[in-house]
Amino acid sequence: MADGTGPGRVTPSGVALAALLLILIVASLWLFIAKPYWWTPVASQQGADIDFIFTAVLWVTGIAFVGVQGMLGYFIARYGAKGTERASYWHDNPKAEAILLIGTAAILTVLVFMGQRVWASVYFSDVPENALTIQVTGEQFAWNFHYAGPDGAFGRQRIELISPTNTIGLDRTDPAAKDDLLSINQMHMVANRPVRVRLRSKDVIHSFFLPNLRVKQDAVPGMGIEIWFTPNLAGDYEIACAELCGLGHYRMKAFLTVDASQDVFDTWLREQTAQQ
Amino acid sequence: MQDGNHSEHHPKLGFWRKYVFSTDHKIIGLQYMITAMAMAIIGGLLSMLMRLQLAWPTSLSPTLARLMPVAFSGGVMAPEFYISMVTMHGTIMVFFLFTAVLTGGFGNFLIPLQIGARDMAFPFLNALSYWIFLLSCIVIFSALFVTSGAPLGGWTAYAPLSAVPEFGPGQDLGMTLWITALGLFTVSGLMGGLNYVTTILTMRTKGLSMMRLPLTQWSLLITAVLGLLAFPVLLAAAILLVFDRTGGTSFFVPAGLVTQAGPVMHAGGHPLLWQHLFWFFGHPEVYIVILPAMGMASDILSTFCRKPIFSYRMMVYSMVAIAVLSFVVWGHHMFVSGMSPFLGSVFTLTTLLIAVPSAVKTFNWLGTVWGARIRFTSAALFSIGFVSMFVSGGLSGIFLGTSASDIQLQDTYFVVAHFHLVMAIAPLFAAFAGLYFWFPKMFGRFMNETLGKAHFWLTFVGVYAVFFPMHILGIGGQMRRLYDPTQYMFLQAQQPMNVFISVAAFILGAAQLIFLFNFFWSIFGGKITTEQNPWQATTLEWTTSTPAGHGNWSGELPTVHRWAFDYSVPGEAEDYLPQNSAPVVAKK
Repeated sequence: MADGTGPGRVTPSGVALAALLLILIVASLWLFIAKPYWWTPVASQQGADIDFIFTAVLWVTGIAFVGVQGMLGYFIARYGAKGTERASYWHDNPKAEAILLIGTAAILTVLVFMGQRVWASVYFSDVPENALTIQVTGEQFAWNFHYAGPDGAFGRQRIELISPTNTIGLDRTDPAAKDDLLSINQMHMVANRPVRVRLRSKDVIHSFFLPNLRVKQDAVPGMGIEIWFTPNLAGDYEIACAELCGLGHYRMKAFLTVDASQDVFDTWLREQTAQQ
Repeated sequence: MQDGNHSEHHPKLGFWRKYVFSTDHKIIGLQYMITAMAMAIIGGLLSMLMRLQLAWPTSLSPTLARLMPVAFSGGVMAPEFYISMVTMHGTIMVFFLFTAVLTGGFGNFLIPLQIGARDMAFPFLNALSYWIFLLSCIVIFSALFVTSGAPLGGWTAYAPLSAVPEFGPGQDLGMTLWITALGLFTVSGLMGGLNYVTTILTMRTKGLSMMRLPLTQWSLLITAVLGLLAFPVLLAAAILLVFDRTGGTSFFVPAGLVTQAGPVMHAGGHPLLWQHLFWFFGHPEVYIVILPAMGMASDILSTFCRKPIFSYRMMVYSMVAIAVLSFVVWGHHMFVSGMSPFLGSVFTLTTLLIAVPSAVKTFNWLGTVWGARIRFTSAALFSIGFVSMFVSGGLSGIFLGTSASDIQLQDTYFVVAHFHLVMAIAPLFAAFAGLYFWFPKMFGRFMNETLGKAHFWLTFVGVYAVFFPMHILGIGGQMRRLYDPTQYMFLQAQQPMNVFISVAAFILGAAQLIFLFNFFWSIFGGKITTEQNPWQATTLEWTTSTPAGHGNWSGELPTVHRWAFDYSVPGEAEDYLPQNSAPVVAKK
C-alpha cells in the first residue's frame, strides 16, 4: 500500500495504546478460552443447539475482533507523526471496498441461515404427542405451576376465586379440577419427555427463564404463549424472572427438578396432590 | 468578534446574566452541553450506587443510611430504590445526556459554523427548544425526590407495569413525572430537528455542495431526520400511556389483571403495543445517539491522522443505509416477547443487514489510520478509542441480533455490556474527542493536554474493565435490573466478577473528575488560543476567529472550493487545505 513521504514514527502514545489493545485482545481471549465463568451446564436438547449457534457467532466475531483491534493497534503504533512527513494521500479503493462489503454480507448471511435453523427448531416445530403440559402463571413475585393431573384436563380458572392460597383462581367445583395440582415456585418435569408450557401472567410482564435449559419466554398479561422443549439431564435447577416486574423482581425465583424417570415424577405429583 | 470573548475574565454570574437568554446558536449549544453535563453527573452518581449494591448486595452502609434514611432503611439499599436508580440512570443517560449533548450541544454549536451560516434557520425556535429541554431536565430530576419513590419501570417503561400505578411504588407520581419529562423532551427534540434539517439543507454557503459536507454535518442531518420521524411516535405512545393511567382507557392494559389489592378495571388493551411503539422509536433513538458520534469521530480522526477519511462516499451512504434500516429492526428487542416467531426471523435478517454498513464504516476508519501521520492529542486518542469501543460493542450485537442465541442472552448483562459499549461509551468517547477538539472554538482557550491524556488512559482502561466482563456475566445468565444477584445459586459463583466490575467502575467514575476539573478550569485558566486554526483543520469553523463572534464571520461568508478532507495533498506547501482555499492557487 502506498505510503506517505517517509516511514512515519513509532510514538510512545501510539505504542501505549497499541499495547492496551493487545492486552484487551489477550484478556478477552483468555475469558473466552479459559472460561473462568461460563454457561450454566446445559440440560435440554434445544440448549445444545443454542450453545452451538452461540459458538459459531463467537468464532466469527472473535476473528473479526482480534483482526480489527489488532490492525488498529498496529496502525497507531506504526504511523505516528514525524516532522514534516506527509501521510499517504489515498482515500478510495472501490475494489477493496466491494470485496469487504460483499464478504461481510456473505458471512452474515450464513449466520442468519444457521441461526434460523435453530430458531425454527425451537419455534416452528410441532409439539410431540407425549409432551407433558404445564400451565405457568407469573405474578408479582412468584411462579404458579398448574398440572392437569392423571385425567389430563385442566380445571376451570375464575378470577374472582383468586386468593392467597388459590393463587390462580382454580375452580375446585369443576370435575376436571379434582386431580389438578397447583404448585407454587416448585416445578417438576421428566428427563427426555417433551414439556409444553402455557405461559400467562396475572399482572405485569414477567419472563420465564430456565438458564440451564436455555429457555426464555416472556409471560405477557392478556396473552397465552405456548412453548415446548425437552429437558435431557435430570437434576435440580433454578428458575428466574428475566423481565423487570417491580420491586420484588430479584426474588421472583422458583425451583426446577428434572426427574430421572416418569415414576419419580408421578410419585411427586401424587404426594403433592394429596397434600393440598 | 466584537463581543465574542464571552468567557474570558468575566465572573461566572456575569456570563450567565449576559448570555442566558441568547438566541446565538453557539450559546445555545453550550447551554445544552453544560446542562447535559450536569445531568451526566447525576446519572453517573446513580450508576455508582448501583455498582455499590451489585458488588456488596447485603452489606450495611451506615453512612448512606444517614444520608438517605428512606432508601437505605436498616442500612441496606431498598430494592425499589435500586430499580428506581436503574430507571433514572438509563433515562437520564440516553435522553438527557447523549441525545442532548450530541444533537443539542454539538449540533447547535457546529451546524452554522461548519456550513458557513451566520446562525440557525430559526434562532428563536432554537432557544425555545433549549428552554423546553431544561424544563424536561428539571421535571425528570424532580422525580428523584417524590415521597412515594422515583419510577421503577426501567427506561423502556413497559406496560402494564408503567400503566397501572398499583403495580409498584414510584409508579404513581414518579411515573407521571417520567412521562411528562419525556413528552417535553420529544417536543424540544422536534423543534431542534426541524431547525437542523432546514439549516443544513438551505443555508450552506456558496460552493458547499452536499458531497462536500464534513461527515459531522451529514451525521447531524441524518440524525435530525431520524428524530423528526421517531420522536412523534414516542410522544404519541406517552400520551396514550397518560390516557391509560388517568383517563380510563386501555391501550396497553388487557382485561383480567389482578394486583395485590384486587382486580384492575381495564379491558381490551395489549401490552405488546407499547413495546412496538417504544422500540419503533427506541431503535432509531440508538442511532440518533451513535450517528453524530460517528460523524464527529470521523472528522476528528481524519484531522489528526493528517489523512483524508477513507471512502467518504461510502461513509455517507452507510450512514443513510443505517438510518433507513434503523426503522425496520426494532423487533430484535422483542424476540422472546411473545411476538410472532415469524417476525423474529424477519427482524434477524434486517438486524444482520444493518451490521453491513456498520462494518463498512469500521473498515473505512481502519483505512483512514493506515498510512496516517497521527498527532496524538487528547482529541485524537478519544476518536481512536471511539473506533475500538464501537467495534467491541458492535460485534457483541451480532449475538443478540441472531434470534436463536438471543433466547439465552436477552435481558442479561450481555445486553447491558453490548449497548453500553456501542451506544453509550462509543458516543461518550466521540463527545470527549469533540470537547477537547472544539474547546478552543468555544472558549478561546485549550483544555489542558496532560490532564486530557490522563483522562483518556484511565477512561479507556476503565470502560473496558467495567463493560467487557459484563458479557461474561451475561453468558453466565446474570439478569439485568437485578437488585441482588446472590439470590441465585447459579449466579453466586460469578460474584467476584461483580466486585471487580464495581471497583473498576469507581475508578472510572473518579477519572471523570479529572475531565470536569479540566473543562471548567480551562474555561478561565486554560492556555489562550492565539491561532485561528490551532489544529490545522480544513473545515469552515476554523476559517473565522477563535472563538467566533456573533454572526460567526466578521466579513463575508466563506466560499467553499473543495471537500473537507484535503490533508497531505502531494505537492502542496501545507499538509492541509481548508475548504475555502481556492484550487490551483494553493498557497493557502
